[in-house]
Amino acid sequence: MTQKNRLTGGQIDRSRTLKFMFDGKTYQGHPGDTLASALLANNVRLMGRSFKYHRPRGPLSAGSEEPNAIVELRGGARKEPNTRATTAELYDELIAHSQNRWPSIAFDAMAINDRFSNFLTAGFYYKTFMWPAAFWEKLYEPIIRKAAGLGALSRRADPDAYDKGFRHCDLLIIGAGPAGLMAALTAGRAGKDVILADEDFAMGGRLNAETFALDDAPALDWVTASVAELSSLPNVRLMPRTTVIGAFDHGIYGAVERISDHVHTPDADKPRQIMWRIYTQQTLLCAGATERPIAFDNNDRPGVMLASALRTYANRFAATPAQRIAVFTNNDDGHRTAQDLQAKGVSVAAVIDTRTDAPLSDSFEVIRGGQVVDTKGRLGLTFVEVKLPDGTPRTIECGALGVSGGWNPNVHLTCHQRGRPTWNDTLAAFVPGGTLPPGMVVAGAANGIFSTHGAMASGAQTAAQMLDVTAVQTPQAEDGPINQTPFWYVEGCSRAWLDQQNDVTVKDVKLSHQEGFRSVEHLKRYTTLGMATDQGKTSNMGGLAIMAELAGKSIPEVGTTIFRPPYTPTAIGVLAGRMRGKDFHPTRLTPSHVWAKERGAVFVEVGNWLRAQWFPLPGETHWRTSVDREVRQTRASVGVCDCTTLGKIDAQGTDAADFLNKVYCNGFAKLAVGKTRYGLMLREDGIAMDDGTAARLAEDHFVVTTTTANAAKVYQHMEFVRQCLFPDMDVQLISTTEAWAQYAVAGPNSRRLLQKVVDAEHDITNDAFPFMGCANITICGGLRARLFRISFSGELAFEIAVPARYGDALMRRLMAEGEEFGVVPYGTEALGVMRIEKGHAAGNELNGMTTALNLGMDRMVSKAKDSIGAKLSEREGLNTPDALMQVGIKPLDPSQKITAGGHLMKAEGPVDAAHDQGYVTSAAYSPTLETMIGLAFLKEGGTRTGERMRLVSPLTNLTVDVEIVSAHFVDPEGERVRA
Amino acid sequence: MSVHDLKPITALGGTTPQVDVVAGVTLRENPGLALASVSARIGHEDACSAHLADLLEGAAPAAGKCRLHDPEAAFWMGPNQWMVGAPFETHEDLAAQLKARFGNTASITEQTDAWACFDLRGDGMEAVMELCCNVNIRAMQTGDATRTSIHHLGCFVLRRDPANWVRILGPRASAGSLHHALFTAMKSAL
Repeated sequence: MTQKNRLTGGQIDRSRTLKFMFDGKTYQGHPGDTLASALLANNVRLMGRSFKYHRPRGPLSAGSEEPNAIVELRGGARKEPNTRATTAELYDELIAHSQNRWPSIAFDAMAINDRFSNFLTAGFYYKTFMWPAAFWEKLYEPIIRKAAGLGALSRRADPDAYDKGFRHCDLLIIGAGPAGLMAALTAGRAGKDVILADEDFAMGGRLNAETFALDDAPALDWVTASVAELSSLPNVRLMPRTTVIGAFDHGIYGAVERISDHVHTPDADKPRQIMWRIYTQQTLLCAGATERPIAFDNNDRPGVMLASALRTYANRFAATPAQRIAVFTNNDDGHRTAQDLQAKGVSVAAVIDTRTDAPLSDSFEVIRGGQVVDTKGRLGLTFVEVKLPDGTPRTIECGALGVSGGWNPNVHLTCHQRGRPTWNDTLAAFVPGGTLPPGMVVAGAANGIFSTHGAMASGAQTAAQMLDVTAVQTPQAEDGPINQTPFWYVEGCSRAWLDQQNDVTVKDVKLSHQEGFRSVEHLKRYTTLGMATDQGKTSNMGGLAIMAELAGKSIPEVGTTIFRPPYTPTAIGVLAGRMRGKDFHPTRLTPSHVWAKERGAVFVEVGNWLRAQWFPLPGETHWRTSVDREVRQTRASVGVCDCTTLGKIDAQGTDAADFLNKVYCNGFAKLAVGKTRYGLMLREDGIAMDDGTAARLAEDHFVVTTTTANAAKVYQHMEFVRQCLFPDMDVQLISTTEAWAQYAVAGPNSRRLLQKVVDAEHDITNDAFPFMGCANITICGGLRARLFRISFSGELAFEIAVPARYGDALMRRLMAEGEEFGVVPYGTEALGVMRIEKGHAAGNELNGMTTALNLGMDRMVSKAKDSIGAKLSEREGLNTPDALMQVGIKPLDPSQKITAGGHLMKAEGPVDAAHDQGYVTSAAYSPTLETMIGLAFLKEGGTRTGERMRLVSPLTNLTVDVEIVSAHFVDPEGERVRA
Repeated sequence: MSVHDLKPITALGGTTPQVDVVAGVTLRENPGLALASVSARIGHEDACSAHLADLLEGAAPAAGKCRLHDPEAAFWMGPNQWMVGAPFETHEDLAAQLKARFGNTASITEQTDAWACFDLRGDGMEAVMELCCNVNIRAMQTGDATRTSIHHLGCFVLRRDPANWVRILGPRASAGSLHHALFTAMKSAL
């Protein structure tokens, strides 16, 4: 029979029937069910196995505090382990599996652990498996890992998408129970910008699970009307299915909204979940309270549940775990559960109340002063053993036992910024302390106000006070006194579970104390109490109470451990949002990217930029073939390279020249208009920071170029200098890196090619536009452009810049016009080869450890002026006689390789760190010299030209005989660049 | 205007601007905007502001504000620093025009192609923006301007008239990534 334990009423939609599978078996439920409620309705109490002892477990709760009913939800790549069946909203075709069992949930071979529980007590892994030591990694640890743990990952990429978003409001209300709804009505009617978030898919909190009236009407009617009114207010945003997981700095709250978890597959383009960052001035925490269990022997059997959960399943979900139940309580709330279930037609075997003056009932038996001392049932509860006040035992048959030990306010979010809760003697519970996250106030049961009327009034009045508005009128509601006396565990119990998710018993806590772990933090770590995914929501208090008793202290003297975000388990995917895979970071494309793709360019990531690395031609099967061709043809005729990515900083102002004189170590004040100069920037500590050029377009206007990698860093540095060091200088800076598409045109035919596009009125002959010249020009019939005669390749070369939107067209034009010269586009690899051939330093050499002296540029550091880093570059330690100097190297045998990273050793002698002479920074095959070449830093490098040395790499077993040569392999006199 | 024969492409690499519509909200790539930054020279702050007020026929925008005006408009970028925009078709040489007007009271830098411009318009615009950046979009009014980060990209967001319209300026080289982020958010939120 399907849904054998389905009751009447409830908030489920019986007009629709949903099919779902659990452990391969098909069941039926209804919209409005959770997986747990639907399983209970189908008479399934056994939903999981415990973490350590593999004991059979069923749901303890009906909410997010659930420690037991943890399942693997969905299938395939969407499988999500360790999901609480009590919060998983039922949908058609839902698939779930129990976890941490083999071969089946009903027969779990690992349940043998339970037989050896005496050996598996708290901290057993610190005491056992000590010998032989070698067995730990290969045998013991793998076995323990296999035996323990929870669900298994799918090991496949998550097919779902996740979003991140940002919301702002005047008041964030966390929890839409009686207090939260009243607060929202108060703030909403006053026109405040309100967000009301609740982790449940139905707003109303406990009101959804109760049968009492508000103003003579069912509470549910009030909830429905209130939610409808709030929905109609444009200034109120309702966020159901949204768990506020953390209270972070500056009034920012993290909230996970489950957009698609209640459907089989997210709609196309829709996220599964959204991580909202909610920015709010004020927060009202109305998170309610969690019922606390009582520990007694074998209290973890499927069917033993919180009494309030039994009531929730019956009233809201029209489900019961059994047709005959009992209740074990120390307060009046347990009696309400018995009344409600009996009203639903469930047989109440007895209410066992620890109080000798407990109220009696006409409808069911109340055992005053009784205690449940044990339970029976192999895979689920069948009997409870009760000790009557006179000590005599009594066995009561029942399929479920509701346990109520009172309620604990949900203070978790109040502690996320290290606030400590305070002890309330009246409630025998921790309530929010005085140190809350700034802007947070607590109302309702979360603040220890447990009656319905009290909670509702508290929500309205607190919101009104926070916002200085009028509170809405509180409906008449249950307002009984709260009589909550502590009763944590049944005396004499041993295998009584406190933390059911981590399998921590009363005995474990006692053992921990016996072994000297007296601090609450030590207790937590030694026993793992409260360290499971539920953060001990139902277990911490019990553990603290026992510890306090053992230590002869009060609970507040023992203290609590700290609650940390996230409030409930959170999918890693939602923390990542859309930033995964190819969208992990944004990309930067040059204006000729489309053209380069058409040419089949191979791209390389340089920061966020995608730069063409080389342009293979048909038949070229190896990158070296392409790169060698590009180098040869550029040096023989002309090549074009996209250098848009170099940083460009516009510096203007009457003090622009003096400003550059400060940031560059070499002189710029006297640079003539129409000229460009190579410049070296030093850090404050005298180490080289970046190099580049600065072109003077006018007396008060420079264009500074930086390396691609350091563009942002140099701009930041210059702004710091401008704003903080020299605020009186009249200089204005702005980045123009992306405003201009810039191309290097290099090779002996570069001028002839450019003359075909540069408008005739601009003379770019050598006399009119010599090496290091710069000018604003026009091209192709009037397009504004900038021309710089600078060279990185060592050839006659220019860099031409046009507004970015014309970059693609210019590149195509250069290729077309250059056909007669056999023009080639060249990529970063050829660029790198040519700069090594020319001996130009780049990122490998400007590596954050080198000085101007190391780079052979010490004479550039002007003594005639002060500049950033100049003084500290004179430090003795940076100027030792054997300082590293940049040199060139090449193998004695041209067929041998040179690799960057290798170290230089003398031709004879030991090979070790003590005899290290230097290291290779850059290496390439030079198609011009037809041999490998490299740049290196070598001690006293300036005096060792011609010396034979060994290049070694102990890591790769490399030893190559090399010769020290000039770093300028090609055109050392610089004749080509001036041609 | 120049009469050269080079054909421009848009920030997204097309020859025509890209337009995407999702549930009544339109994302339109806008290549028709000329931009130039205006930074007052030291000692000329008042004169620079006066030139700007004259240009905009109203006071220079204060922090967090833009002046919506035809043909030139402007938004505040920093102390004594603004970005001026105008139709590209008539103001491709905007920087030169401004330099002629401001003289030595300001440093003027062409910024037209430093930015990709997207116009996001429609009644669901706010829901889209909530997934993109931490701007308090519901509190933002027509005439407000702010700097923010969208998909790790530094952007300007200007609220225009009518108020269901925002203009987003992001780094041109990352136009594709910015468009992807905006379009993905549209499909997600709408």
